[in-house]
Amino acid sequence: MNTTQHLEVKINNMLLRNPVMTASGTFGYGYDFEDFLSLDSLGGIIVKGTTGTERQGNPYPRMAETPSGMLNAVGLQNKGVDYFCNKIYPKLKDKKTNVIVNVSGSTIEEYVEVATKINSLENIPAIELNISCPNVKEGGMAFGTSKEMAFRVVSAVRKAYGKTLIVKLSPNVTNIVEIAKASEDAGADALSLINTLLGMAVDAEKREPLLSTITGGLSGPAVKPVALRCVWQVAKQTKLPLIGIGGIINAQDAIEFILVGATAIQVGTANFINPSITEEIVKGMEEYLQRHNIKHISDIRGII
Amino acid sequence: MKFCKDFIVVKNETITPTLYILRLQYPQTLPEIKPGQFVEVLVEGEKEAFLRRPISIHDVDKEKNQIALLVQVVGKGTAQLSNIKEGEKLNLIFPLGNGFTIIGNKVLLIGGGCGAAPLLYLLRVLKQQNIQSDILIGCKDINHLFSKTEYQELSNLHVTTEDGSFGEKGFVTAHPILKEDFDTIYCCGPTPMMKAVSDYAKKRNIPCYVSLEHKMACGFGVCLCCVAETNQGNKRTCVTGPIFLSTDLKDF
Repeated sequence: MNTTQHLEVKINNMLLRNPVMTASGTFGYGYDFEDFLSLDSLGGIIVKGTTGTERQGNPYPRMAETPSGMLNAVGLQNKGVDYFCNKIYPKLKDKKTNVIVNVSGSTIEEYVEVATKINSLENIPAIELNISCPNVKEGGMAFGTSKEMAFRVVSAVRKAYGKTLIVKLSPNVTNIVEIAKASEDAGADALSLINTLLGMAVDAEKREPLLSTITGGLSGPAVKPVALRCVWQVAKQTKLPLIGIGGIINAQDAIEFILVGATAIQVGTANFINPSITEEIVKGMEEYLQRHNIKHISDIRGII
Repeated sequence: MKFCKDFIVVKNETITPTLYILRLQYPQTLPEIKPGQFVEVLVEGEKEAFLRRPISIHDVDKEKNQIALLVQVVGKGTAQLSNIKEGEKLNLIFPLGNGFTIIGNKVLLIGGGCGAAPLLYLLRVLKQQNIQSDILIGCKDINHLFSKTEYQELSNLHVTTEDGSFGEKGFVTAHPILKEDFDTIYCCGPTPMMKAVSDYAKKRNIPCYVSLEHKMACGFGVCLCCVAETNQGNKRTCVTGPIFLSTDLKDF
């Protein structure tokens, strides 16, 4: 058995050569990273959140650095699903990694429209349904913070989308297990968690907020303990494969998410600091398995 | 092509207690770097400096494969960076951004404070291309005037200081050199200064390029945090910029 097989995992019927993926909004459309790594060495890439029509996002400033993390308030700036299908997909369709589109919207109809259009793209094996973006006024997190709304949007997209449907969960809820179960009941194939935590930052000298939107989404190592807790809780209560996200900056962090029940992981904010970090994490996970004499990554999945 | 590599610090020169010039050695042949481009510096050993620091390229020595960065201490990250010693490694992502568009036969460069950093390398490239230039630097006082000898070698240096300790007393916008005719103005410095210069350039119908210093998380186009509002919508300062034609910017 070669080393790569030690890390091979499946999310529904989607085969990943290793559990390392990139989080939406932190990796562009992948090709921005090709100076630094080979996309084909990754389990998958989740490209920027895509909506029905073009969005300009929120006004500047959209970012504030915080201890061991950062807040962002980008607000889903993207050129819309048709632009993705016509201009970006042709550049990505021959990549030998799983290219997954993060699907966003303000209404159920918009989610369904985007999912339907992506469904027709042969080489996109999955979508990640973003019901957890904290930076848009309508939709986004509103769908991910109520189990009824989550059920409605996931059911509607399930009817329109035939391939692997991943639902991305928000940590900004009292009981994340409820939303996870509602998504499972509505036909999700997998869950990814967590999206950013709603936060804010203030400039005491200027006596004003640091973001144009006042609040934004917190990411980076600061959120890892919350993310681990969420994955652990959801893993105990659903049968769906989980993709752990939140503050992963090295292989050790990635292994921690596997131990609490994740099948795969996504690296987000760390891509900004070290653009080849994902490749390094793959290597580090292989070394971890060798060092501990573990045959396959799934042998340690969810043992906590 | 962008690179993420270690440089070696060959010199850390103090200009003022909060202003430093770091000279860095690249172990290989430097790729092509355009004036106005920047680097993202990894600051190690400071927990509150989680992200890299975007810093403009002050100078490039192609023969020695060295670059110079002008570092102003503005927070904990740059404070930590200012302590770096000769021989230590510094990891950079580079070269980033679009760089200046070089156009015209007689150009004026205007720099304010540490914002003037990218102008030295611009002067070097202008000189190579035999383009006639004047450079006008506005700074607090004579102690804050860096790279003076290099400016004098490469161009005609004009200076304004707030206290009159060197050159003319006052702001750059009142300097008589502005009355001359120029094909292009290149301006880097505090936003109010760049806006004042761009207003002046608009009145004179001179194209004016400005360098924006927006907060960014990545520096290479993926975080979408550093956008500037342009006539064509929100554009990433790190890719479409940091150099913009002032008339393309909504706020200018």
